[in-house]
Amino acid sequence: MMARRYALPAAGILTLLLAWELYIRVFNVPHYLVPAPSLIGRTLVEEWPTIQRNVGRTLVEAVGGFLLGNGFAVALAIWFVHSPAVQRTLYPVAVAIRTVHIIAIAPILVLLLGNGYAPKVVIAALISFFPTLVNMVRGLEAVEPSALELMRVLSANRRQVFFKLRLPSSLPFLFSALKIATASCVIGAIVAEWVGADTGLGYLIIVATFEFRTGLLYATTAVGSFLALAFFLAVVVLEKVVVRWKPETLPP
Amino acid sequence: MSTAGRGVSGAGAPDAAAILVEGVGMTFSTPSGPVQALTGASLAIKPREFVSLLGPSGCGKSTLLRLVADILAPTEGRIEVGGEPPGVARRRRVFGFVFQDSTLLPWRSTLQNVLLPLEIGGHARRDRAEALDLLELVGLRGFEAAYPWQLSGGMRQRVAIARALVTRPQVLLMDEPFGALDEITRENMNQELLRIWQATGTTILFVTHSSPEAVFLSDRVLVLGARPGRVKLELPIALSRPRDPAVKETVEFARHTAALRRALAGEARPE
Repeated sequence: MMARRYALPAAGILTLLLAWELYIRVFNVPHYLVPAPSLIGRTLVEEWPTIQRNVGRTLVEAVGGFLLGNGFAVALAIWFVHSPAVQRTLYPVAVAIRTVHIIAIAPILVLLLGNGYAPKVVIAALISFFPTLVNMVRGLEAVEPSALELMRVLSANRRQVFFKLRLPSSLPFLFSALKIATASCVIGAIVAEWVGADTGLGYLIIVATFEFRTGLLYATTAVGSFLALAFFLAVVVLEKVVVRWKPETLPP
Repeated sequence: MSTAGRGVSGAGAPDAAAILVEGVGMTFSTPSGPVQALTGASLAIKPREFVSLLGPSGCGKSTLLRLVADILAPTEGRIEVGGEPPGVARRRRVFGFVFQDSTLLPWRSTLQNVLLPLEIGGHARRDRAEALDLLELVGLRGFEAAYPWQLSGGMRQRVAIARALVTRPQVLLMDEPFGALDEITRENMNQELLRIWQATGTTILFVTHSSPEAVFLSDRVLVLGARPGRVKLELPIALSRPRDPAVKETVEFARHTAALRRALAGEARPE
């Protein structure tokens, strides 16, 4: 069971890396165009101090944006569910924000907020904000009509309906949004660093590209990918701890 | 039994009706105009009586139950539960309600689900022992830590019944509680419900679309006609208690279900 679960995916990845390595060696592909996995691995070890210095920065920006964007989305969703007028007023604004592409808005935010953490955190927040808002509103509204009737019969007040019914039933929806947000926050932070930064994985990608240090470029990209994966797994673990029941209505 | 006699205390004169419905009508306003769901409905249910509302889908029987429970407000007529308006009775927890789907909260264990009404009323801690007694009464002792997804449909309805009883209501309102269960489980649950009814001494208003179920359970059956809903026939059930499933094979039982079937058949005919 365990062997099948882990051995087969591992074999798949290893085969891919081996094929890549062989192709580079057999056809003598220059390493500044596409580096072999062995070279990427060596660069990862040799350049680790550089990468480590930059990865911390990106992690802080991604996590900061994650907390800011999702926190804001959850708060707004709660407000929407309690006030249809607010929902009708602000939902179009949220959609409008969604239509502005992140790469287009990044330079504007760097101009507005400077070269530090602020524009990166805001961009990472923006990228995760909308999916969480939509899912959270759906989750809070996805309450069985009979469950609301039960709350009525029990004479529950609005606070009790929210904390004992709406909030718990929204959690599976919230977590499915948070899992999407982990990867997009890392992407948001990296894209923001392209526009203007002196540290961070995005900055390192730009520098490595201009200096034709292709090994470093690939190593940095791999680290960014692992960062997003680790972040995703952390949220999966959190979900396992918080959502211990089988939801009746499954989020999409 | 520790739960015997619960719910008999309460407001009102001893001979007052547990549920009184007088000339009640209900008109829903819909985008395509007003829809009359119920008109001139009147009934009086005595304390500790078991009465069923029987009728085809859309006859307004669930609507009538929701009017009694103050989930909906009638557009005409008067309702009293335990001698009080439904809104007051609801806040004083005079009645419990059992839905067709159990409406258990999936993130709560069996015991936590049963304790929900007390938690909302603001005193959950001291009644834990009582909730366990009720789980014993509905035959679910030992399942208090189980979650709804681990229980069968019949077990979930048992939890829902325990939850409805935990506030010691004088009246139990049941909206097709066994409608989604298979035949065998349903017969079993009918038998259990009679036992619980005897043990607790509550008044039960039971909505169903099954004539045999109504006859087996009830002291009286009220047949509702459709469009608009109104009480069409009142049939006292002259079968002795306690009843066991063997009663279903008697001529008397067949005579009662036949009478109900005729009333319902007349209802199904296009007018």
